[in-house]
Amino acid sequence: MDYAANLAMTLPELVLAVGAIALMLVAAWGGPASTKAVSWAAVAVLAGALVALTGPASGGGDAFYGLYRADAFAGFAKVLIYIASAVAILLAPTFFKRTAGADLRPEYPVLILLSACGMGMMVSAGDLLTLYVGLELQSLAAYVLASFMRQDTRSAEAGLKYFVLGALASGILLYGISLVYGFTGSTLFDEIAGAFAATPLTGDTRSLGLLFGLVFVFAGLAFKISAVPFHMWTPDVYEGAPTPVTAFFASAPKVAAIALAVRVAVEAMGPAEVQWRQIVIFASLASILLGAVAAIGQQNIKRLLAYSSINNVGFALIGLAAGTPEGVASVMTYMTIYLAMTLGSFLVVLQMRDADGQPLETIASLAGLSRTRPGLAAALAIFMFSLAGIPPLFGFYAKFAVFYAAVQAGLFPLAVIGVVFSVIGAYYYLRLVKTMYFDEPTGTFDEGDKLEGGLIAVAAVFVSPLGYLAIPALSAWTLAAAASLF
Amino acid sequence: MIQAIAFYLFAAIVLISGAMTISSRNPVHSVLWLILAFFNAAGLMVLVGAEFIAMLLVIVYVGAVAVLFLFVVMMLDIDFAELRAGFVRYFGIGLVLAVALVAEILIGVGAWSAGGIDLARRAAPTDHVVPNIVQIGNLLYTRYLFIFEGAGLVLLVAMIGAIVLTHRERSGARYQNIARQNARRPQDATRNMRPEIGQGVQL
Repeated sequence: MDYAANLAMTLPELVLAVGAIALMLVAAWGGPASTKAVSWAAVAVLAGALVALTGPASGGGDAFYGLYRADAFAGFAKVLIYIASAVAILLAPTFFKRTAGADLRPEYPVLILLSACGMGMMVSAGDLLTLYVGLELQSLAAYVLASFMRQDTRSAEAGLKYFVLGALASGILLYGISLVYGFTGSTLFDEIAGAFAATPLTGDTRSLGLLFGLVFVFAGLAFKISAVPFHMWTPDVYEGAPTPVTAFFASAPKVAAIALAVRVAVEAMGPAEVQWRQIVIFASLASILLGAVAAIGQQNIKRLLAYSSINNVGFALIGLAAGTPEGVASVMTYMTIYLAMTLGSFLVVLQMRDADGQPLETIASLAGLSRTRPGLAAALAIFMFSLAGIPPLFGFYAKFAVFYAAVQAGLFPLAVIGVVFSVIGAYYYLRLVKTMYFDEPTGTFDEGDKLEGGLIAVAAVFVSPLGYLAIPALSAWTLAAAASLF
Repeated sequence: MIQAIAFYLFAAIVLISGAMTISSRNPVHSVLWLILAFFNAAGLMVLVGAEFIAMLLVIVYVGAVAVLFLFVVMMLDIDFAELRAGFVRYFGIGLVLAVALVAEILIGVGAWSAGGIDLARRAAPTDHVVPNIVQIGNLLYTRYLFIFEGAGLVLLVAMIGAIVLTHRERSGARYQNIARQNARRPQDATRNMRPEIGQGVQL
């Protein structure tokens, strides 16, 4: 295969990397005055990367000796990642303009572009090295973004905490990778799968090392998707980081990390399914339960949404535990709908400002939102009902898809326990709705931004029962994506 | 013969300078002994045919890490006498650590003589004819080019991050304006005075 064909398959990453470097030069010479231009240019670069996905980038096969895999699965995950990244860039200016003591600088969109490039490498990884470099590219940009408001101590704390714990997780992951490499002799996913298939996983001297490697790799990945018991950083980082950055963390990197975990589980460690299924089932149930129970006592809405994201990752992992093409397809369906619900919720949180324009973050400040801003309250109610998985809304279909896949794969108890736990989770979502609709208004809210209002409307319509119209296209697309892994 | 002489020379100097590193009273001397140890370890690496590692040792450890140590030691005002005062107090813990290390060495040697773990296959077959710098370069710039470029991007993000998080415009700073300096003419900067005797100078 010639060099040009390789480059054509990695075109989305090339567009992002070159675009980010060019915009960084603009930012360096233009200074803070160029923020708006750089932001819109960054959105244009992401749109360009989306266009580049139509070519050999989603279905061309292996590039660079198998290091990079351009298949339908990667293409689908990248569509979600690029859209979420673009939204994260679009919703930043209003927040920073209104927040005292924090200015948006043009490095923000540049870092998001580089992070998106890393996420593209993650979901296209065909080799443990690509996986690690992509993960680090994404994480390093995320650490900087978390402490972007450096005058704010909470933001600095979030960045530091994220960095230290992220470095620890990278260490765990690398240790696992080195064990897997040592005992299989390769870092390529296909060859690792071959070695797993060739090694009997019980009663062989080699099997213990392989299993250790598998466990450490999954522990490192569980940290990146913030699944219990590696979730401790999530609430603190989500609370401390600037809200647009939190919205970004809860959306694009989460999709990328889930897609990465699915790819590693299915492509690299597929023959060891029995072994990793136990880990995935435990992480899934623990995430659902802890995400639901710990969220009940929260007063800060960003912390609440952090626990909500832990809870949702648990549900997505149920689909992975199934280990079938339908299960993988249901994970991707879940992440698509989760993306709309989460970005929508964070967009509403961004609209919560007091009369002076300062952001509000407590749940109590939502009181009486239905009377002061009825449209916003209705949108948030839709997102909350949908996150709780209440039937007419699209969030129900997401949960239904993963449970159905689990039942099809014979994991009937897992699906039943998941359904029971999801009822616990419904409590705190509904509490938020109750605060908005039945409590007395405590303060006035600031008027919203037109662009953000439009984005909220789009997300709300997608999550509303109208979203069911998208099911045929969505299921065909996710099934095609999942089929490319098996 | 010459290899044997070189080996014993390098090995002896490594051991001596290692011992001097931990025993010399002046921390600056310790770092200098450490640098000598690194140089000779690099020599040992050349002897076993790992010239790439030897260069890394000189460039990374001597060029960057040890010099950094030197700066830190010189800049920080550490009272080493005070640090040594706790010797008796920490003797127990030190002894336990020493015993653990000795035990690990013994176990390691035992395991080594029992034969290595049977890995799936030899991970990196080596060819003695091609120098290993050529081999590494070959892999890095062909097979692993994509990841090499990715690592470059990671470093770029690290640089952007460091600047974003720490750089700020200082309001009171006086920056040099070279254009203004060059544009200044002698008649603007100097004045000819002819002061009267006993009257002093008026500026």
